[in-house]
Amino acid sequence: MPHLTRRAALLAVGGTMAALARTARAETRTHAVLIDKMKFGPMPSGVRVGDTIVWTNRDPVRHTATARDKSFDVDLPANAEGRGTLTKAGSFDVICRFHPGMTAKLAVAP
Amino acid sequence: MPRLLILAAALAMSATTAFAHDAKFSDPQIAHVAYTAGQIDVDAAKLALAKTGNAEVRAFAELMARDHAAVNDKALALVKRLNVKPEANGTSASLTKQAKQTEKRLKKLSGAAFDRAYVANEIAYHRTVNQALSGALIPSAHNSELKALLETGLALFTAHQTHAEHLAQTVK
Repeated sequence: MPHLTRRAALLAVGGTMAALARTARAETRTHAVLIDKMKFGPMPSGVRVGDTIVWTNRDPVRHTATARDKSFDVDLPANAEGRGTLTKAGSFDVICRFHPGMTAKLAVAP
Repeated sequence: MPRLLILAAALAMSATTAFAHDAKFSDPQIAHVAYTAGQIDVDAAKLALAKTGNAEVRAFAELMARDHAAVNDKALALVKRLNVKPEANGTSASLTKQAKQTEKRLKKLSGAAFDRAYVANEIAYHRTVNQALSGALIPSAHNSELKALLETGLALFTAHQTHAEHLAQTVK
């Protein structure tokens, strides 16, 4: 039992270190975008591939944050947040699949 | 298309009269009018879902049913928390009366004629409710949370109106 525990602990430490190494190597960042009163708030600048965007929906209705070219699609229930990691560089038209009037432009650098 | 516009204009004008006689509303009255207005559109959407064979009209009706029900749930939770008891009034009664007439008219139609009439009514109805929100309900609201919810409602219903106007182009 003590043997198992030590091994589990070592594995856990190893796993954490691997995760830290991955994070350090990629230097990814997390950006926030607010959705309120049927509008996307300002899009973050300096976004790079591997970064994550946390979309916060303050409206009482369901939205999505969807790239028109389908390269990302985050479902956003009412008064909830969703996150998505960007895997592709480019300039993306962001839309809500349900409310066609909601649009924004997001630039993602390689 | 001109016929559709005339119909929409006539509906908008007749519905606007519902709001003409008492411009000042108390918060309990506002809550009742807003909830009634939302429920009317949910019911119209249910009728459309039962009758339409058009995929785009169906998607729109599903969105109307979901969005308006969501806002009404939020409104109910708010009035409960604020201890406001929605109060029936002439405006909500006249909205309900008008909705019954619209329902009767729409029920007689089918196919593309139904789709056109439903979408035209959605344009006119959202326009009327938006005018009421910006012209009477929002300025009359006392509680700041109620006012904020009405403002969110106005943004949402304005988006719905634009959506319906675009949809009208495809069902003519």
